[in-house]
Amino acid sequence: MKTIPVETTINGDSAEFLCHADESLLDVLRDRLGLTGAKEGCGTGDCGACSVMLNGRVVCSCLVLGVEAQGAEIETIEGMANGETLHPLQRVFIEEAALQCGVCTPGILVAAKALLEKNPDPTDTEVRYWLAGNLCRCTGYDKIIKAVQIAAAEMRGA
Amino acid sequence: MAFDVKAERKFKVVGTRVARPDGIDKVTGKAAYGADISAPGMLHGRILRSPHAHARIRAIDVSEAAKLAGVKAIVTGADLAQPEDEAFADVAINCLARDKALYDGHAVAAVAATSKSIAKRAIRLIKVDYEVLPHVTDVDAAMKPGAPVVQEGRALENVPAGMSQNVTTRYQFGHGDLDAGFAKADRIIERSFKTAATHQGYIEPQACLASLGNDGRGEVWCCTQGQYMVRANCAAALGVEESQLRITASEIGGGFGGKTSTFIEPVALALSRKAGKPVKIVMTRDEVFKATGPTISTSMDIRIGMTRDGRITAGRGELRYSGGAYPNETVDMGAQAAFAAYDLEAVETVGWNAMTNRPKEIPYRAPGAPTAIYAVESVVDELCQALDLDPLDVRLLNAARKGTRSSYGPTFNEIGLVATLEAAKAHPHYTAPLGPNQGRGLSCGFWFNFGGNTCVSLNINDDGTVGVVEGNPDIGGSRASISMMAAEELGVPYDKVRTVIADTSSLGFNDITDGSRVTFAVGLATIEAARAAIREMCRRVAKIWDIDEDAVIWEDGCAKPAGPNAGTHPPMSLAEIAAIAGNTGGPIAGHHEVNADGAGVSFGVHLCDTEVDPETGGTKILRYTVFQDAGKAVHPDYVEGQMQGGAVQGIGWALNEEYIYGEDGRLQNAGLLDYRVPVASDLPDIETVILEIPNPGHPYGVRGVGETPIVPPLAAIANAVSRAAGVRMTELPMSPPRLLKAMTG
Repeated sequence: MKTIPVETTINGDSAEFLCHADESLLDVLRDRLGLTGAKEGCGTGDCGACSVMLNGRVVCSCLVLGVEAQGAEIETIEGMANGETLHPLQRVFIEEAALQCGVCTPGILVAAKALLEKNPDPTDTEVRYWLAGNLCRCTGYDKIIKAVQIAAAEMRGA
Repeated sequence: MAFDVKAERKFKVVGTRVARPDGIDKVTGKAAYGADISAPGMLHGRILRSPHAHARIRAIDVSEAAKLAGVKAIVTGADLAQPEDEAFADVAINCLARDKALYDGHAVAAVAATSKSIAKRAIRLIKVDYEVLPHVTDVDAAMKPGAPVVQEGRALENVPAGMSQNVTTRYQFGHGDLDAGFAKADRIIERSFKTAATHQGYIEPQACLASLGNDGRGEVWCCTQGQYMVRANCAAALGVEESQLRITASEIGGGFGGKTSTFIEPVALALSRKAGKPVKIVMTRDEVFKATGPTISTSMDIRIGMTRDGRITAGRGELRYSGGAYPNETVDMGAQAAFAAYDLEAVETVGWNAMTNRPKEIPYRAPGAPTAIYAVESVVDELCQALDLDPLDVRLLNAARKGTRSSYGPTFNEIGLVATLEAAKAHPHYTAPLGPNQGRGLSCGFWFNFGGNTCVSLNINDDGTVGVVEGNPDIGGSRASISMMAAEELGVPYDKVRTVIADTSSLGFNDITDGSRVTFAVGLATIEAARAAIREMCRRVAKIWDIDEDAVIWEDGCAKPAGPNAGTHPPMSLAEIAAIAGNTGGPIAGHHEVNADGAGVSFGVHLCDTEVDPETGGTKILRYTVFQDAGKAVHPDYVEGQMQGGAVQGIGWALNEEYIYGEDGRLQNAGLLDYRVPVASDLPDIETVILEIPNPGHPYGVRGVGETPIVPPLAAIANAVSRAAGVRMTELPMSPPRLLKAMTG
């Protein structure tokens, strides 16, 4: 099968890759670009573990084709920290034990950051509905919701 | 190893809420899970699965697939060894079927190719000649004489003659005179229950990267709860020696018991051996549902007698579990656990396992206990309603305590059930007002807990830091708790200790991360290894000071002189001793190897408020509180996390999750859209109350906490829903259609 050249921007840096027409953005990120922070939990858009930002919107990268990245701005978990300074959400997730196995964590952090950019002061219910597409099987979500709210308060104060 | 009276001292590190050592890797996407690494020249493996619930495999024709460019190896069941040991043989046959496909999704053949898409195309070119056989997926149907037989000749001798060959085991526990007990009762209730199979639902599908040469030497990287278990299963299935296989456990994206067996590693090794290249296999979610292990499906009858004032006079349970297409002993644990929370004069449980054309059961968090205790706790609740008694008072009146002869035999030592019940009774949740269509339910929960085979090496580094090497994958923060116990015992700061998980060639055998054993058993071995290192450090210092070894004590991270003849020497810190270790006898390390007992049983109580919608049959969880005895909570955040996560898995089991089979024996909901696990918007906060009744079998009093929290939710929610709906619910899950039917008749 023929490959297609794609030019895109990932975490602020320009990137080029070749991919097949039927290859998902998730496969491109993981297999061709070595960005394995986004995970495949289902491949059908039901678990949110592959969440990335595509032109400012949270998407399941397993449901996006690699070729759709042409000319787009993509942000992944690998771009969330600024050098060795963690994003407040990342730091608070560690402090509040909002992860256990950690495999859903990249997707949840990407989605939570998108929420707080849109709505810096959400209610618990708003956080719960926003994250309803991100499955976590370990925590029961309690500490995740609390960590998002603590980080949100800190970011509002900052 | 006995509880250390010194543990009543004030802990400095244990009990604090420190940052986990793997935290930064896990919030930045760096942590490497099963599917996250690749090897040069690697091939991609893909498995062909049976579309039939039960079929004889007459022939497999791989010739067309082999012709496809890019296909490098194809294997079938004939490429795996036939281990003599039945358990190993079942694992091998489950990895690749031989004569028969035993369930929808059973692996039949596998391909390794240069790309994922070629591998996917290649398996479609394999032609399997199936003779479709009659199938059975329901446990009650499978037990009837004349039912389609899943496997022949697998029944144990304790199964009475004349039953279906699907019935493989019978267990019986109990004591006392049941007839006399029931005769004393003012009220007897007998109910039958059914529960659907559920899946552990870990977010990370099974994945591995494997390499095996024709010299029998191999390497595997995989997500597993036990790298030594993977080694044993692979060695048996490939016919190679364990010492030649090095298995490295990746970071693990959830397991809950589901990663205590192997499905793909022997297949990847067999493909690698044929192709001469490393092979990576990553399961799809569809494969995870169809071919990895869900828990048991059950059918149960429970009979309990109670006096007017709430004393249980007798209890009897008949449990029928199906662990899928293979013999299975999960019902053994269910039958032992069913009445464990009660101090009873007369009790009996009988458990049966029957094979069905479903995937091989793999343990799911407290395997066997949630369903049995759900049935018992439902009948106890109904008796409380019938006799107008307070359900917490009735539990307290009948609660097992120290000295109780348990329903399964042993006499209990120090246990925390009464304290846990009292904490629930004193909590504001228990007396909060309820509105219309709302109900409150509660349930006790119990799990045995396990210790098991454990090795730990603890190295004192020359810069005064400490390395702990242990052999159990960290499934929810255990590296933090192990480092904390090492720091506590050595008297050094937590951040001076680094704990790593060894591969199978770097440390002696360790049992799987299961049975809620890691914080207990690895913690215990770490404390003993630290004590061994301390003894060595004191010996070195005694030599330097030229005094008797027993005149040197260890306190606050330093060797100090003690006793009348020790003289006056300034204390020597661990770092000072480590720096000159080369001059005092060489590197300093402590080791401990043990088959740990004394795990200490665990009890919990859950309180739950629900509201039912009479128009839709939907249930909303309004409030949820978990009370549990942790012995000693080493890292309270992660103890709470276990309590919350287990409760929510139980909520899913109670309300939504189920394996749904069609008439054709095929699984109809093998995806996360149709198999619905709880999402954030389904749930309230999960409140937690940790009790600490020290376990006499651990130096710090630690008990395992991981499994007990999934036990009570099934009954707590069923009792709350039954009270809210005004009708006793006896089937799980209580999904909206099922509840609506029960409410509207």
